Amino acid sequence: MPELGKYAGAVIGSYVLAALLIAALVGLSLWQAARVKRALAEVEARQGEK
Amino acid sequence: MSIWEYANPKKFMQTSAWALPWAVALTVALLVTGLVWGFFFTPDDYKQGSTVKIIYLHVPSAMMAINAWAMMLVASMIWIVRRHHVSALAAKAAAPVGLTFTLIALVTGALWGQPMWGTWWAWDPRLTSFLILCLFYLGYIALWSAIENPDTAADLTSILCLVGSVFALLSRYAVNFWNQGLHQGASLSLDKEENVADVFWLPLLVCIAGFILLFITMVLMRTRTEIRQRRLQALLARERVA
Amino acid sequence: MRALLIRDLRLALRSGGGFGLGLAFFLILAVLVPLGVGAEGGTLGRIAPGILWVGALLACLLSLDRIFALDHEDGSLDLLATSPLPLEGAVAMKALAHWLVTGLPLTLLAPGLGVLLNLAPPAYGWLALSLVLGTPTLSMVGAFGAALTVGLRRGGLLLSLLVLPLYVPTLIFGAEVVRRGAEGMALGTPLALLAAISLGAAALLPFAAAAALRVNLR
Repeated sequence: MPELGKYAGAVIGSYVLAALLIAALVGLSLWQAARVKRALAEVEARQGEK
Repeated sequence: MSIWEYANPKKFMQTSAWALPWAVALTVALLVTGLVWGFFFTPDDYKQGSTVKIIYLHVPSAMMAINAWAMMLVASMIWIVRRHHVSALAAKAAAPVGLTFTLIALVTGALWGQPMWGTWWAWDPRLTSFLILCLFYLGYIALWSAIENPDTAADLTSILCLVGSVFALLSRYAVNFWNQGLHQGASLSLDKEENVADVFWLPLLVCIAGFILLFITMVLMRTRTEIRQRRLQALLARERVA
Repeated sequence: MRALLIRDLRLALRSGGGFGLGLAFFLILAVLVPLGVGAEGGTLGRIAPGILWVGALLACLLSLDRIFALDHEDGSLDLLATSPLPLEGAVAMKALAHWLVTGLPLTLLAPGLGVLLNLAPPAYGWLALSLVLGTPTLSMVGAFGAALTVGLRRGGLLLSLLVLPLYVPTLIFGAEVVRRGAEGMALGTPLALLAAISLGAAALLPFAAAAALRVNLR
C-alpha cells in the first residue's frame, strides 16, 4: 500500500466511486443482456415449434 | 469488404460475438495494468501530493465522455443519411456509457478539487461544460425512453444529437467567455512543453487506452443487447398478428 | 404564412391563460426575489441582470408545449403538414407567434421590473436590447423542443429537460450584456454573439424542427 499522506481520503474515494460507477454500468448492461437474451431464446423456441 | 457490411445486424452479431471476448480481455488487462501502475508505483507530485493519482481516472474518463458524444454524433448522422439500424442502436447503446464517464469525471474532479482548490465545485468553464454535457446525455436518454416506436425514437434522437452538438460547442465557448477558470489547461497535447512529466505520462497512456477499450466493449455489448431486443419485439409482434 | 401567424395570435389572445401565465410568473418572480434576498445594499442591483434573464427564460419555458400541442390534438397540425406551405415556414411562423405573445411582452415588461430590482440606470437600454435579441432564440429553440416531444404524453417535463441545455449560451451572453451594461463596461462582444446565436437559430432550427415534426406525424 503506497503512502498517500493527508489526501488518502480523496484518492481512495475517487477510485472507489469510479469503480462503483463502472461496476453499476457493467452490471446493468450484463443484466439487460442476459434478460433480453433469455427472452429472445424463449420466443424463438416457441415459434420454432409451430 | 467494406465497413457497410456491418450495417447488416446478422453480420454485426457474428463479428461482435467473435470480437467481444478479446475486447473484454484487453480492457481488463489495460485497466488493471494502468490503474495498478498509477496507484501503487508512481511517485507523488511535489505540489499536489498523492492527489495526482486521481489523474488516471479523471483525464481518461473526461476524454471518453466527450469522445462518446462524438461517436454518437457520427452514428446518428449515419442513421439519418443511410438508415442503418445498427448505427442508430449503437448511438443508443453508447449514451449511458458516456453518461457514466461524465459522472466519473465530475465525481473524481470534485474529490480532487476539494483538497487542491478548497472547494468541491467551482463554476469554472470546464466544470460547467461538463455539467451541461451531463444534461445533454440525460435529455438524450430520456427522449429515447419516452418514445415507443423505435424508428421514430431513432430519428428524433438523431436530430437532437445533431442540434445538441452545435449548442454544446456554443456553450463551451460561452462559458469560457463567462468566467475565467481554476482548472489547468490541457494535460495532454502534442507539443511536449506543457505535458505532465514522464513518470505520470506512461501509466496515464495505458489508462486512456484502457478507457477507450472499456467504451468499445460496453458499446459492443449494449448494441448486441439492443439488436436482440429489436428482434424480440419483432417476433412478439408477429406472434400477435398470427 | 401571414394568415397562419394571425390565426395563432388570435388563438393565443382569446384562449387567455397561456401567455398571461408567463407574464404573471415573471412579475411574481421580480416581486418575490427582493422579499427573499432582502432589499439592503447593492446585492439586489448586482444580481438583477441574472434574475431578470433567468425569469424571462423560465417564463418562456412555461408556454412552450402549447406551440404544437393544441394543434396536434385537434388535427390542424396534420393539415398544416399537408398544405402547400412548407413546414419549415409554418414552424418559423409558430415560433414567431410564440415570441410575439411571450418574448415581446416580457421585453416590454422587463425594464419596469428592473426598477423593482434596483437595476443600475445605464443597464435599462441594454436589458431591453439583449432581450429583444435573445428571446427569439428562446422561442425558436422552444419550438424545436416542442416539435421533438409533440406526440408524447407527459411531454412537458421532457421538453424542459431537452431545452434547458440548449438555452445555456443565450442565457450566458444575454445576462453578460446586461451585467456589463450595468457596470459601464464594453459589451460589443457578448452583444454580437447573442445576435449571432439568434440569427443562426432562426436560420437553421426551423429545418431541424420541421424534420422532427415530419417524423412525429409519420
